[in-house]
Amino acid sequence: MGITAVAFYLFALVSVVSGLMVVISRNPVHSVLWLVLAFFSSAGLFVLLGAEFVAMLLVIVYMGAVAVLFLFVVMMLDVDFAELRGQLAQYLPLGLLIGVILLMELGLVFSQWSFAPGHVAARAAVTPEGVTNTAALGQLIYTRYIYLFQASGLILLVAMIGAIVLTMRHRTNIKRQDILEQIYRDPAASMDLKDVKPGQGL
Amino acid sequence: MVDFFYNTNLGIFLLVTLEALLVIVLLLVALAFLMYADRKIWAAVQMRKGPNIVGVFGLLQSFADFIKYIVKEIVVPAGADKPVYFLAPMISLVFPLIVWAVIPFADGWVVSDMNVGILYVLAASSLVVYGVIMGGWASNSKYPFLGALRSAAQMISYEVSIGFIIIGVILSTGSLNLSDIVRAQDGNYGFFSWYWLPQLPMVVLFFVSALAETNRPPFDLPEAESELVAGYQVEYSSTPFLLFMIGELTEVVFMCAMISVLFFGGWLSPIPGLPDGILWMVGKMAFFFFLFALVKAITPRYRYDQLMRLGWKVFLPMSLGWVVLVAFFAQYHLFGGAYARWVVGG
Repeated sequence: MGITAVAFYLFALVSVVSGLMVVISRNPVHSVLWLVLAFFSSAGLFVLLGAEFVAMLLVIVYMGAVAVLFLFVVMMLDVDFAELRGQLAQYLPLGLLIGVILLMELGLVFSQWSFAPGHVAARAAVTPEGVTNTAALGQLIYTRYIYLFQASGLILLVAMIGAIVLTMRHRTNIKRQDILEQIYRDPAASMDLKDVKPGQGL
Repeated sequence: MVDFFYNTNLGIFLLVTLEALLVIVLLLVALAFLMYADRKIWAAVQMRKGPNIVGVFGLLQSFADFIKYIVKEIVVPAGADKPVYFLAPMISLVFPLIVWAVIPFADGWVVSDMNVGILYVLAASSLVVYGVIMGGWASNSKYPFLGALRSAAQMISYEVSIGFIIIGVILSTGSLNLSDIVRAQDGNYGFFSWYWLPQLPMVVLFFVSALAETNRPPFDLPEAESELVAGYQVEYSSTPFLLFMIGELTEVVFMCAMISVLFFGGWLSPIPGLPDGILWMVGKMAFFFFLFALVKAITPRYRYDQLMRLGWKVFLPMSLGWVVLVAFFAQYHLFGGAYARWVVGG
């Protein structure tokens, strides 16, 4: 067994186990941390596939940004764990039903799955010889499909502006900091030196 | 012998382990003296003597501190989440350490010469924030939690601008490999063919962002002694605290290495004719560490809203605009091709 095989089984085992722990761990913060570990080992699997660019993006985007956001939200939540545990029995049948339905659907799909002729060759020729997959992806996204890429960027921009417009409230009685006003504050205008005589006060 | 180390599984494993150990051990020994240098420079600016008791000129002060930390008692707060509590300092030491795998100390002197080196750096340094959040949360105490939230927000904010600044360099080089970035800066004019000249505004931005990213003064709000006592580290003592400290310092030194590699030609000699080599790299890192230490001594702490404003409203638009500008310069080979040095494929 080569180093690659050992690494594959290690990463695969860790990602499956940590995926399981996400579901069964009792503390939501622990769940998120296990989720992070699952992301990390999936990134390792991507590296073994020779897709190092996707692996690094997975770590940067999902672990560095999305999971941190999850962690923030979960830590801030005031969750009563005992109450959640009590509701487990109530929701268990529904959850099991959904799980069984999903499993049956997957079984149907995979029993009907058929491979195109020559699929092995198509899989092996992911990038041309001598081109790293970072360069190949860049060529595809930024040169060949540049208009589609720009269009998806615009859609995201519209979604972002929409979210901001929907949640923005203009409150009038709130005190705001204006940095420029603070910088250009003049001592002469805001300070007044008074000569206080002893025993008199102001 | 050579065949064993390059072609058998065990040989490759041994070789990589030895390389990693060499880098880590030298780095940790260097950290001890850099910590001493940091305190000495700080003291010199304030006209104090600084550490001067242990060893000649106090040179062994860091080792004395080290022994002090590891023989102290480990205090775990009541109600702390123990596994996470002890995982946090380990994470904040391990991730700054593994980043060094891709730093080229001289031509070919790099543990892993991977072609997505920059992305690896960004990935590993974006995971350091977990150590901070976990430490703050697992302590089960108010001040560490507040410190952790501040710190995480700050690190995420400045990572964005650091990413954009690095993209400017990548656009000029056409490669994500750190060694290729250094090779692209090799030119006939020595010091003046490095990236600091064409990318001058970004050097300043990168330095300031690096200060904020590593929670150094003037951006040390997570620790802010006067408000938060020591931020996410309050409840830590003994060895776990030591791990946090070493992790933080490793990150600072790593940022020095990044500035040297990205903008100041890594192992290249500043004077044409002199041989290149690891000594230049080490010298450049030491110089930038000196600047880091100096900044710590001479600047007052930022206010938190100003810090966020600087990150999102000043640095982010500036670095984003610079990326567009560099892309334009590189595409049309303006300024004698200073922005388009695709020496290596790309």
